[in-house]
Amino acid sequence: MLKCTSACAGCSDSLALRYVLKAAGPDTVMVVPACCTSVIQGIYPNTAFNVPVYNIAFGAAAACASGMSNAFRAAGKKTNVIAYAGDGGTLDIGIQAMSGAFERGTDFLYICYDNEAYGNTGMQRSGGTPIGAKTTTTPTGKTDAKKDIDMIIAAHDPPYMATACAAYPQDIFKKVQKALTFRGPTFLHILVPCPPGWRYPTEKSVEMGKLAVKTGMWVLYEREYGKVTIGAQSKVAMKKPLPLEDYLSPQGRFKGIDPKVVEILKQRIAKNFQRLAAEEEASA
Amino acid sequence: MKKIATGNKAVAEAVKQANPTVVAAYPITPQTEIVEQIAEFVTSGQMPSKYIAVESEHSAMAACIGASITGVRTFTATSSHGLLYMHEMTNWAAGARLPIVMANVNRSLGPGWNIWAEHTDALQERDTGWLQVYVSTVQEAYDATLMAFRIAEHNDVLLPVMVNLDGFLLSHIMQPVDTVELGDFIPPIHLPYAIDPKHPAGYGTLTGPDQQFKFRWEIERSMRDSVKVIAETEKDFAKRFGRTYGFTEDYRCEDADVIVIAMGTLGKEAEVAVDLLRNEGIRAGSMRIRWLRPFPKLDLKGKEVVVIDRDYSFGFGGILAGEIRSKTGISLYSVIAGLGGQEVTYDDIAGFVRTRKTGEEFWFGVNAHV
Repeated sequence: MLKCTSACAGCSDSLALRYVLKAAGPDTVMVVPACCTSVIQGIYPNTAFNVPVYNIAFGAAAACASGMSNAFRAAGKKTNVIAYAGDGGTLDIGIQAMSGAFERGTDFLYICYDNEAYGNTGMQRSGGTPIGAKTTTTPTGKTDAKKDIDMIIAAHDPPYMATACAAYPQDIFKKVQKALTFRGPTFLHILVPCPPGWRYPTEKSVEMGKLAVKTGMWVLYEREYGKVTIGAQSKVAMKKPLPLEDYLSPQGRFKGIDPKVVEILKQRIAKNFQRLAAEEEASA
Repeated sequence: MKKIATGNKAVAEAVKQANPTVVAAYPITPQTEIVEQIAEFVTSGQMPSKYIAVESEHSAMAACIGASITGVRTFTATSSHGLLYMHEMTNWAAGARLPIVMANVNRSLGPGWNIWAEHTDALQERDTGWLQVYVSTVQEAYDATLMAFRIAEHNDVLLPVMVNLDGFLLSHIMQPVDTVELGDFIPPIHLPYAIDPKHPAGYGTLTGPDQQFKFRWEIERSMRDSVKVIAETEKDFAKRFGRTYGFTEDYRCEDADVIVIAMGTLGKEAEVAVDLLRNEGIRAGSMRIRWLRPFPKLDLKGKEVVVIDRDYSFGFGGILAGEIRSKTGISLYSVIAGLGGQEVTYDDIAGFVRTRKTGEEFWFGVNAHV
């Protein structure tokens, strides 16, 4: 990625992109549906990306990448094909195409960068928005829980999938490099804190990402051929999580959140930890 | 080589010979036989293509787009609701200037579930930037599919081409087809802006008002240039393989007082009606519109015209009739017939001509013959 993107101040997706592209190397093509990353590239005829980027309609990233990967492989090329989509483009409108591409064993890496709402259109709720979060279409806080896309992907049994967070550059770097060593579909789900959407000061994106992990709101783990490995940072959080309030209170989107909803979030964190720990143990 | 084949099998045979690198498709009646046949060709090793069995038509076109931008030949086939489901991506394919070839088996739109012939599906794609050709025989389905690849991929065109054949009336009808030794009729594809990681570029990035209209104009300019390419391609096809095609197929039009205009199999059926009418002393002719986009120049001066539409634009009228009116300025008799596969015989067509009332619209089976 080149300097001078048109990302918002404090955008952690632009950080994630930097690490992803560094890890993937020059023989890479990105397929990007409508999302913040469509904007970050800049305006024609300029682009901030140093690899080819194919922009495609909102629900079509995985299908487009699927055609591209097949064409490259037919031509004997090893070019990495990375679909890079937001949570709306993955959990909502793009889920069918993504499920199909995974089921067909497409040789590609699908990255969902998750800022937990439709950021590009001004923060409307998505399937990735956590319960209790205010968005422009949930002005009093979302009443439904965040969709667990990782469980849905796991059901497709890909050779490799992992979660990551923009606050942990080396972790992203390693996971992208690893994902690209597999043949077949791989998945990386990156949490990208979003200052204008989550309503916190622009300099606090990395801190917000770290708090997400340390409170257990976000868990770093890998699933390789079904074997679950929880990341060291999340292991620490499992043993001794920071109070969830440390993560919620700096964010405007959780301002005035109902204590009952905080309780639901805490229960979900505990349940998620339990489930992943049990899976890790069972697959060891 | 002479064979007997359905319209669908003829299309599949042509695709096999054109040998696209990637075929991405989804089944839908009455198109399914095309993709089944291609899947069989691929599985049995007769076709080296990658066949991507996608989970929807939207993804079929998206996958063709993703493959095509790497610079390879691509094909898909669909019909009716499948075509409508990929509508977002058909716009994308044309806007991205990708020479994808698609067979569309024309079928009615729901509700209710009606699987029979109608042209409204493809006509709803009229303004997307796709070239559209409508065929009337199994032989023509085969020939037009071969030519579609050469036309789409010609560097003066680089737009997608849709080959339309009537559901069941052509897709499932068996007729003789003479297959050709293709030779170098379709040159190797060369996409000047194919994706290359050695030369990074942004494709379809944010584009302001000061640029977007230029891209739109480029589509129209290529659409206009395609007229020459189509003519050249059809001429070369005739020279090599002996079968002649044009923007329209005219039958006994020269001395005709009244001309019947239609598309697809109805346009062929009209030729029989013309003979019937001539025997009665009515100097009739028929003109089958083959290329809807780019729309042909029509010379209808001094003729009475009867247009049969197997389609309709609600609140407006027959779509083909509207196109002809707007391009020629003539008044015509507009017949709406064959919707949802309604049977229309040459006798019926002769009847439309006998009872024509220029300037009026007639719904076959709804309005009484006068």
